Amino acid sequence: MQILASIAIDSVTYGMTLFVIAVGLSVTLGLIRVVNLAHGLFAVLGGYFAWYAMTVWKFGYVPAAVAAIVLTTTAGLLLERLLFSRVYRRSALDQVLLSIGIMFVGIAACGAVFGDGIKTLPLPPLLSGPVELGFRAVPAQRLLVITCGGAVVLAMWLAYSRTKVGIRLRAVVDHTDAAESIGIDSRLFYAVAFALGAGLAGLGGILGAEIMQIEPFYPTKYLVTFLAVVAIGGLGNIWGSLGAAMLLSGVETSSKYLLPSLGSILSYAAMLAVLSFRPHGLFGGEEGE
Amino acid sequence: MTQVHSKRLAPLELAVPLAAAALWVIAPGQLGLLTQIATTAVVVLGLDVVVGYAGIVTLGHAAFVGVGGYAAGLLALHVFAEPISGLLFGAVAGAALAFLTGFVVLRGRGLSLIMMTVAVAQIVLEIANKSRKWTGGDDGLSGFEVSPLFGIFPFDFTGKVAYVYSVAVLTICLFALRRIMRSPFGLTCVGIREDRVRMSAMGCDVSGHLRLAYALGGALAGLGGALSAQTVQVVGLHSLSFTTSAEALVMLILGGTGRLWGALVGTALFMTLHHVAAELDPFRWMFAIGGLLIAVVLVAPSGIVNGVLGKVELWRERRAGL
Repeated sequence: MQILASIAIDSVTYGMTLFVIAVGLSVTLGLIRVVNLAHGLFAVLGGYFAWYAMTVWKFGYVPAAVAAIVLTTTAGLLLERLLFSRVYRRSALDQVLLSIGIMFVGIAACGAVFGDGIKTLPLPPLLSGPVELGFRAVPAQRLLVITCGGAVVLAMWLAYSRTKVGIRLRAVVDHTDAAESIGIDSRLFYAVAFALGAGLAGLGGILGAEIMQIEPFYPTKYLVTFLAVVAIGGLGNIWGSLGAAMLLSGVETSSKYLLPSLGSILSYAAMLAVLSFRPHGLFGGEEGE
Repeated sequence: MTQVHSKRLAPLELAVPLAAAALWVIAPGQLGLLTQIATTAVVVLGLDVVVGYAGIVTLGHAAFVGVGGYAAGLLALHVFAEPISGLLFGAVAGAALAFLTGFVVLRGRGLSLIMMTVAVAQIVLEIANKSRKWTGGDDGLSGFEVSPLFGIFPFDFTGKVAYVYSVAVLTICLFALRRIMRSPFGLTCVGIREDRVRMSAMGCDVSGHLRLAYALGGALAGLGGALSAQTVQVVGLHSLSFTTSAEALVMLILGGTGRLWGALVGTALFMTLHHVAAELDPFRWMFAIGGLLIAVVLVAPSGIVNGVLGKVELWRERRAGL
């Protein structure tokens, strides 16, 4: 029973982190239709900025996280305006090459600025201890991750379905030309969506720093994982990303606990199985190219 | 359009050995690097068949490179050490894996296709990692000797035989590929890349064709992996890694997809830059290559070779207009 509870808690924590990071990628790939292999860069930047704010500027955990998310969002906006917006209508291979270039430069910059060691984010006393939940004690940090992930899900659902911005965003997604002809500035929406996705990845990078350690090669190390979430979830499908993140983290965590000798084979086999039967993703529709 | 250019650049198979000979005279101390460029070029040519001609974007090419390398290494270690049969064995291993996984992988399109190719490569990597008894795991497969080429030329430490051997294999591959890509099979691949629905409406067996193209790419990758195993005399897990797949794709796009020149130019440029910058620290290397990739996308869309050819075309048109 204990081991099942551990698996469940670890899976949900890891899955929430994956979702918060990958949902921005799902939006850029599915809605803006630009391939961005450098998405992990935003996650690691979030972690680095938070570390810098905490250790150099002596910020507390929450102010540091907020500052880091603001900085990451800005970085996303700058990259979108300066580089990504130039390749929106170009071939996918050009987008792959550009984003790999950005990822490499970003890795080099992180290594040069922050050094090549692993950065651990110091947790405040409130978060470093366990919390008694009645049936068992759970590390407070995990509860924070799960709560934040839940809040992101709720906020995205509300923004997407209930606000004017969300309605316009859906209009741009469904039919860019028609949306533009009634006065919606699609470029503005692309920029905002890209930047918000980057900011969310930054939040995910901070929340997940205990599982996915902050180091320069982070963007390449977890690239496949993030892409897997998007592919299984279905491009641009927010709820699909959530389900896919939970599925992948569940398979990976249980395989780590129960069948460690298999390594990551099970996760990849699960991905292969899902995608070969549902090429548009487990939760994706039948549409698509 | 590809056809017009490829006719103009027909003596490609001659250019490669000539350039290789010239480079030997200019930089005799760099035979190791030049051999590596030749072996990698075979791999990237295979990727060009898959990505450039057939339009199957893959990030799992390393699976076939590694399997070809391990096949050649294991054959030399346990059965017999004749090099050419080792190469063929590597190519068959790569082709078989590609053909079989093609049944599953090629069901997808776009991102799901890419992710399935990644998954296959990662599973193969994990299996190779776990079967230490056969592959040596992290330490790599080594200790196999390759017997002299044709029984006469031994692969010694000077690397001269290895260099000539690799360049010869690369040239033969180019010769064969140019003909295959101009054959009805190659043209059908391009047709599928350009318009899959129309090709299938014309009665073409699209998925069967794609599987064959994927297997051809796998054969070349296996051949390149085997060539590398024989010339370096070690096969590491690295040959199966995601980095190998990603770097091969970067080399191909950098040079330009869909033409054999692009694969060669991209490989030579990337590997040379890698060699120069790796002597500095890894971060500077990533900075240099990353900057180059961004610049190529912004300045020369669809690769260096296409960019240069486009400029030449423009210049000719202008001259003709005057």
